[in-house]
Amino acid sequence: MADDNRRNFFLTVIYGLWGLIASALAIPAAGYLLLPGKTRKPAAWTPVGELAELQPGAPTEMMFRRNRADGWKVTSEKTSAWVVKTGDNDVVAFAPGCTHLGCAYHWDEQGRHFLCPCHTSTFGLDGKVLSGPAPRPLDRFEAKVQNGKVLIGPIRKGGAA
Amino acid sequence: MTLKPALDWIDQRTGLKTAVDEFLNEEIPASSGWRHVFGSMAAFSFMLQAFTGVLLALNYAPTPGEAYNSVRYIMTELTGGSLIRGLHHYGASMMIIIVVLHMIQVFVWGAYKKPREATWIAGCTLLLITLAFGLTGYLLPWDNRAYWGTVVTTQIAGSAPVAGAYVQRLMGAESGVGVVTFARFFAAHVLVLPLLTMLLIGAHIYLVRKHGVAPEPGETAPRKKFFPEQVMKDTVAIFAAFAILFTLAVVAKAPLERIADPTDAKYIPRPEWYFLFLFQTLKLFEGPLEIVGSLVLPNLAIVALFLVPFIDRSAMAKLRQRTLAIGIVVLGAIGWAGLTTAAVMTTPKNLDQTADLDTAPGSWQQLAPEELAGIGYYRLENCASCHTPGPNAVGPDLAAGVRKDAAWMIDHFKRPAQIVPGTAMPAIALKDSQLNALAAFILKLNPKNQEALTSAPQFAVDGALVYQQNRCGACHQVNGAGMKMGPGLNGLATRRSRAWIEEHFANPQKMSPGTVMPPYKLAPKDGEALIKYLMNLPNPE
Repeated sequence: MADDNRRNFFLTVIYGLWGLIASALAIPAAGYLLLPGKTRKPAAWTPVGELAELQPGAPTEMMFRRNRADGWKVTSEKTSAWVVKTGDNDVVAFAPGCTHLGCAYHWDEQGRHFLCPCHTSTFGLDGKVLSGPAPRPLDRFEAKVQNGKVLIGPIRKGGAA
Repeated sequence: MTLKPALDWIDQRTGLKTAVDEFLNEEIPASSGWRHVFGSMAAFSFMLQAFTGVLLALNYAPTPGEAYNSVRYIMTELTGGSLIRGLHHYGASMMIIIVVLHMIQVFVWGAYKKPREATWIAGCTLLLITLAFGLTGYLLPWDNRAYWGTVVTTQIAGSAPVAGAYVQRLMGAESGVGVVTFARFFAAHVLVLPLLTMLLIGAHIYLVRKHGVAPEPGETAPRKKFFPEQVMKDTVAIFAAFAILFTLAVVAKAPLERIADPTDAKYIPRPEWYFLFLFQTLKLFEGPLEIVGSLVLPNLAIVALFLVPFIDRSAMAKLRQRTLAIGIVVLGAIGWAGLTTAAVMTTPKNLDQTADLDTAPGSWQQLAPEELAGIGYYRLENCASCHTPGPNAVGPDLAAGVRKDAAWMIDHFKRPAQIVPGTAMPAIALKDSQLNALAAFILKLNPKNQEALTSAPQFAVDGALVYQQNRCGACHQVNGAGMKMGPGLNGLATRRSRAWIEEHFANPQKMSPGTVMPPYKLAPKDGEALIKYLMNLPNPE
């Protein structure tokens, strides 16, 4: 009886302490591998061009450079946005990749839609899918107009305004 | 509901359960107890280092420069990153302490004696490997202490007669500590040493099992099983060590100094604490005798350690009769403690590696504002991660004398690959005026003033950036650069008070009637940086 108690005590200590060690390692390791890093300040608004260059209903591709946090590096990369003037002081900026498989689409003036050359998805001026395999409307950058300049912020998936 | 059928099914096909049972039911002497916990602790320590090491490797870039940035990323950006590096950093020290305690226990009780000589030799090799882990891992954060510590290590290795040059070449340090050294140390740390350790731990444990744990001399009590009593004792000891380590890692962040700077003449390199006694031994011998302290004595000690079971061939004795062994350990401990204390006492404190050298007159004061702003862009774009000043950087040494003109450089900043095909340099997204400032500074860079890259205080750099943005140099002169329409700004602090300058920015007409200087409304942070910079300009010559 006393021997059984002794043995049970040993087992409790062994399993208990190893459990503690395992969780003290597993929990930080899971956080380290699975949680997003501390959000660094997202890239500030990048000016991409003048509002005056834009005509309502005529999407314009504007090129710009932005810094992207890539792990321990910040890479400066060239990218573009299809900017559509939607009001006197309002613009919408679409990210340059088709939502189907990421090909670069362009504005087709004849068909009055955005046309992706890869699998012929088409999108309207508002970014909504008109035809083809694209699963969702075009992704948008946050965009605003300040002092006549078009400024572009972080990208937002899904196309909802 | 029981797991037994499942376990039996697995056991019949793999023999796993039988193997674990055999391992746990190993018979050990009745005299086994708390003094036998160190071997398990050492094995745990190794597994913990492997676990945290793998986690670190998942976010680590094993090249100089990049390495530093990725370690900083782990420490500052990732959840638990600081803790995991802390466990690995302090865990290394803990492992050394445990391995040495394990060895002392075996030594004092004489457990190395026939037929356990091979076990002892495998253990001594494991001790050396553990030290090699510490030595190679020390370089991997690529900060100042890593770099300078390794410079000293490789120099010592190189000083050995005949073999020195080869050992140094093996370490990749033939022409100084650089990318090859880094690759060699990294490969040793994560490939060679772990593999050797696992093989030797396997051999060591096999030998312990083959010969059994050494019993007390003349022990007759019936043997007992390893599980559960001894396993419980091992577990408690492991847990205690782990708890201390975990607390340390949480409370004291593992150090990360400034990025390695081979030109930092003020840096005082010191090895990790467990090598300090060797460092101090070195200092006892001078001139041609230096090699006695750096190589002869340490290597003799290692040989003596390996030969212990062949020197002492007497039969097992009771602990009370092992006065000589105890005496050796006590003397060794006193000697070690004395040397380590002496090393610590004689180590001048390094200047705070992050301090801004506010009052010390430095060469930054001789720079024109445009050049100082260039330092600002240099820091902003993190040029130092590749162009570490000195001969061993990833990118070219900018201080070695740039043979290109500013126009070439600015082109290169904008489109690196077009100008230098195959370059790894990324394009720099700065405005032309900013690129000008950067180029202006790099043109002036030489081995004498390049220390300003790191030593120029951030306030001065920030101030110079504001100075450039507001084109103050269109009217004013600083250190001979700029126009003479307005008064020169050198020695401003001796002529005007801070309040006067502040007021003058806001309302020049009020402070100096008739002036052509326009009012400036600076953001408070910018104004503060600019004024602090101006107030710290040197007096005119």
